Amino acid sequence: MPMLQKTEPKAAPPPVEKIKVKVNGCEVEVPKLTPDWQGKLVPTTMIQACAAAKVDVPHYCYHPKLPVAGNCRMCLVEYGTQALGPDRKPVFNPDGTPKIAKAPRPAIACATPIAPGMEIYTDTPAVKQMRQGVLEFLLINHPLDCPICDQAGECKLQEYSVDYGQSASRFVEPKVHKPKRVDLGPRIVLDDERCILCTRCIRFTREIANDDALGIVNRGSYNTLTAYPGKTFDNNYTLNTVDICPVGALTSKDFRFQMRVWFLKETKSICASCATGCNIIISSREEKIYRYEPRENPGVNSCWMCDYGRLNYKWIAREDRLAQLRSPKDQVGVRQTGPDGRERPPANSQAKWGAVLKEISGILERAESGSVAIIASARQTNEELYLLHKVAQRVGAITDSAPRLGEGDSLLLNADRNPNSAGARLIGIAGEPMGSNLARIAARIRDGRIKTVVVFGEDVTRHGIGADLLGRLDLLIVSDILPNETTRLAHYLLPGCAYPEKRGTFTNAKGQVQKFMKAVEPPGEARPEWELLHELLFDVAGQDGARSIEGLFNQMTAEVPAFKGMTWAALGDLGARANT
Amino acid sequence: MNAGSTERIPNPLQHQPQFAVPGALEAEVGELITHYPPDKKRSASLMVLHAIQEHFGWISQEAVEWTAQKLGLQPINIYELVTFYPMFRQRPMGKYQIKVCRTLSCALGGSYKLHKHFCEKLGLDPHKHGPQTTKDGKFTVEFVECLASCGTAPVMMVNDEFYEGVSHAKADEVLGNCK
Amino acid sequence: MPQEYRLILKHADQPGYTPGLDCYLRHGGYETLKQALTRAPKTLPDGKTLSGPEQLRDEVKLSGLRGRGGAGFSCGLKWSFVDRKSGKPIYLICNADESEPGTFKDRQIIYKDPHQLLEGMIIACYANDVHLAYIYIRGEFVEGAKILNRALNEARAKNLLGKHILGSGYGLEIHVHRGAGAYICGEETGLIESLEGKRAYPRIKPPYFPAVLGLYQCPTIVNNVETLCAIKHIAAMGGAEYAKLGTPNNTGTRIVSISGHVKRPGYYEVEVGKVTLGELIHDTAFGGGLRDGHSLKAVIPGGSSAKVFKAGEKFKLRRKGPEGREVEQEIDMLDLPYDFDTLIRAGSMSGSGAIIVLDDSTDIVEALANISEFYAHESCGQCTPCREGSLWMSKALHRLTHGEGREQDAEYLAKIADNIPGGRTICAFGEACAWPVQSFVAKFKDEFVAKGKADEERRAKENRAAKPVREIELTLNAKC
Repeated sequence: MPMLQKTEPKAAPPPVEKIKVKVNGCEVEVPKLTPDWQGKLVPTTMIQACAAAKVDVPHYCYHPKLPVAGNCRMCLVEYGTQALGPDRKPVFNPDGTPKIAKAPRPAIACATPIAPGMEIYTDTPAVKQMRQGVLEFLLINHPLDCPICDQAGECKLQEYSVDYGQSASRFVEPKVHKPKRVDLGPRIVLDDERCILCTRCIRFTREIANDDALGIVNRGSYNTLTAYPGKTFDNNYTLNTVDICPVGALTSKDFRFQMRVWFLKETKSICASCATGCNIIISSREEKIYRYEPRENPGVNSCWMCDYGRLNYKWIAREDRLAQLRSPKDQVGVRQTGPDGRERPPANSQAKWGAVLKEISGILERAESGSVAIIASARQTNEELYLLHKVAQRVGAITDSAPRLGEGDSLLLNADRNPNSAGARLIGIAGEPMGSNLARIAARIRDGRIKTVVVFGEDVTRHGIGADLLGRLDLLIVSDILPNETTRLAHYLLPGCAYPEKRGTFTNAKGQVQKFMKAVEPPGEARPEWELLHELLFDVAGQDGARSIEGLFNQMTAEVPAFKGMTWAALGDLGARANT
Repeated sequence: MNAGSTERIPNPLQHQPQFAVPGALEAEVGELITHYPPDKKRSASLMVLHAIQEHFGWISQEAVEWTAQKLGLQPINIYELVTFYPMFRQRPMGKYQIKVCRTLSCALGGSYKLHKHFCEKLGLDPHKHGPQTTKDGKFTVEFVECLASCGTAPVMMVNDEFYEGVSHAKADEVLGNCK
Repeated sequence: MPQEYRLILKHADQPGYTPGLDCYLRHGGYETLKQALTRAPKTLPDGKTLSGPEQLRDEVKLSGLRGRGGAGFSCGLKWSFVDRKSGKPIYLICNADESEPGTFKDRQIIYKDPHQLLEGMIIACYANDVHLAYIYIRGEFVEGAKILNRALNEARAKNLLGKHILGSGYGLEIHVHRGAGAYICGEETGLIESLEGKRAYPRIKPPYFPAVLGLYQCPTIVNNVETLCAIKHIAAMGGAEYAKLGTPNNTGTRIVSISGHVKRPGYYEVEVGKVTLGELIHDTAFGGGLRDGHSLKAVIPGGSSAKVFKAGEKFKLRRKGPEGREVEQEIDMLDLPYDFDTLIRAGSMSGSGAIIVLDDSTDIVEALANISEFYAHESCGQCTPCREGSLWMSKALHRLTHGEGREQDAEYLAKIADNIPGGRTICAFGEACAWPVQSFVAKFKDEFVAKGKADEERRAKENRAAKPVREIELTLNAKC
């Protein structure tokens, strides 16, 4: 994995050598060396020094996680270095400060290393004029179709036009025309007229995705981005090129024309499609999710995520979502839907939940030790698994969760398709190995020792506990999100939340505990599992606990050794490493 | 907003169904590859394309894919080259390819008139700079950029043959010799 | 009377001189190589020992030789930048991509005296511990590539190339690599990319200085054909002796290509700086003057990318006076000594040594349109200002030469051109495409304005606005 920095514990690093430079007159101290896109330490560049000085240098082709191309020329800056006399020795001003000689030519900040004493100027008239010049060049052949462009609102051409654009074009020549609406691959459409030939997509797919699929054909102003005719751009990482495309050239078929980006609410979350736990942003509007995008986390997913995980969100809005609380005494309730078509909780929902959870807790409390099995899901959060584990301990239940395996790759996709297998293991709810208790549970149902089964988030009929076995139970309590054979057979059905509908944490395959926030409301009567488990536990054990996810997390970390010392607040956006 | 229809990736490459690399050419290509360090086969790309074009007269889609495969590359890597370097032809050209130098010294020496002369003689459009082939497929006439013989303007090439100080009379003579 | 000084072209045009090895040997060929390979280590007064290759490198430094490809950069300095401690192989590439319009000197060497190039190249390789070298020759030199390959085979057969050259233990292989019609391959890092089998996109510097990260990310020397021939003569006569040719800081000889409106267009080898621009144009030993009945209008002094000189243009230059003191002198364009430094001080350059002469019959707007079309066609398109600017200028000039000009077009062109050069682009192509436009428009502004104005007046009579001229058709549009 070239782009991920290894985060394994290392010997104490040597002291970082620092260099002092001035950015627009302000002195900053920056490391002499900075990791490049592969994590290799290389001389720090001007653009990195400017970032340290909180000075933004506009750019198109530069991307910190890609090899430097230096082709857009937007990041040109002026600079000066310490003047040298004819004897090649530094020259000093009368006041003893080093004399700085301004370089006769500008330099691209993205590729030019800094030197001690260097002065970088990003706000001179010459720099402004160069940026204006580059932007004008980029726009002369651009179609200027912002009103119908999907990138509008998150386009770097638009963004820099605010600072460096001109209100009227002086270009009076015919524009160069290039292919439009090109079906580049199963998930991407390309508009070559909007393309500014920054080559970010080419570098990404060649160097990161290891699929040398894109290139530039023709020459000069006719240069055109393309895939090889007859081949399509189709690897599991193609949509990252849409993210890094600074303009509207590459658009996602899934997202294009669905929603104007400025209407979207962004929520920090974690992709739950495998054990890697790529950090993501969920974009939603009015309780509807429109897209996932990767969020940078150097130790986990760098700036990327796979297409499989990115597009795996449609199920959240499925029509047949479980949205009704169901108990054996239940009459079939009348479904109520809101103006958005999603189910609304009935007015008495809270009371109903209270009554049902009380009933269940009563049953579990009375259950004979060894007669209860709890099957959790490694798709549940650490907090939920912790609470379930506590319930299990309280009632003396055998527990496990179901493994979920697919094919992994060498980049991000983990063969373990559960987002929280590590959490399930560390908390102790999973069998060792995961799933090894399932056959035992099946056997004990068969011989009548297990009479009550609690299932969270798994269709156990697909894991060796078939409908026939479930039919023998006195009681089947199920919480899930989508209907399946297990939910169909449930005596109690507790509708739960998809993870974008709640808060919580997952522990990824490397042991990184990462939190995610709530993006949208759950449908109908569905409730976050941690909430209902918390109530259940309160009823079962009579212990009061934390009423908030923050408190719950902190309570968990106090009890689970692997999470010792962590707090919700300290997790931050990037998470923390469990003591594994 | 309407998602609209999408179009296939444009493909200017042409097919050559009968494409087959004879042993001698295969051997030549194999020899060319040895000119570069063993792990730098890609370096041979231009030379291999020259060899293929010398044999077939142009570079077809099949030739692009054969070359890529031969050098352990993706077809896009070769496609990028064929479209960048103008000497590579993406379709068959005339038996005699007349390349008239267009650049300044030759222009001062009458190359525009020479180009026009050829076009008029062969029934082609003198205003078109790019390659044009006569209907019988015998001649292709085009303007090319500086051929580095500015002192003997106007100059031209007919296939690999170089001609300098080309008067209209000399042009007619050259045409006459193209059988 | 200024005369040619034929050092490199000494034999090339002699009757009966052929490109074959026998002929070259008969004329003393490869003697210098033999001496170079057998140079004994030299012990210096301070006790340090200089190996044969080190001595050769010192000779080149001493010679003051400046690259003959266009930039005029010190060859000794270029060699001194080579990273000799990297543990990686060092490559040498002969830049035989002669492509700057107006230049046709390397062609003479390659076609007429290829072994001289090979000898210079082998010596340069030996001096730099190079064991694999390439000659990157422009694709259009089809015959040239064949001649070089023949010469290489002859040299291999005579053990002048191979594992143990002339029994010295030094091994070298040279291969010919053909380009395929791209001017940008003359830029050394574009050439390296092309040699690596890629589109000839020049590399960013830093970090990809060829001397450190060149071909295959190894230290690489790229030298022009004529430069490598000069190396042979420097090795033969010694750096100090070579430096006596020419003028201080502009040493040796160089081959000047003269084309355009002169009576005797051709190539002339002269001592650098010993001949003026005017002499090269007018003297019977060189250009032989303008065609009868015509007067001089402009001179492009260093290949088509050099800034144009206008006839009668005067420069105030500081020069050494007769008593050795620096004095400021007003010098007519024609009296400029044809060397590297003076032409730079006069705001242009001697570039690749190509002089294009334009007489009073020339439509200056057409001439610039021709040059701009060349650069629009040849821009590799990698970086923004050059990619977009070169075609924009060409389209504007196309409009201006097709009756759709505007009075403001001179200003318009200058503003476009001003946004391209000066380090804004990855390579010097930015300058190459902008300098002609900047200088033509500045120095012949009245002609550009007049043309635009005339078009406007005509359109006013026709009662219509300017219309964009259909997309310019480039000579070799890549879509062909």
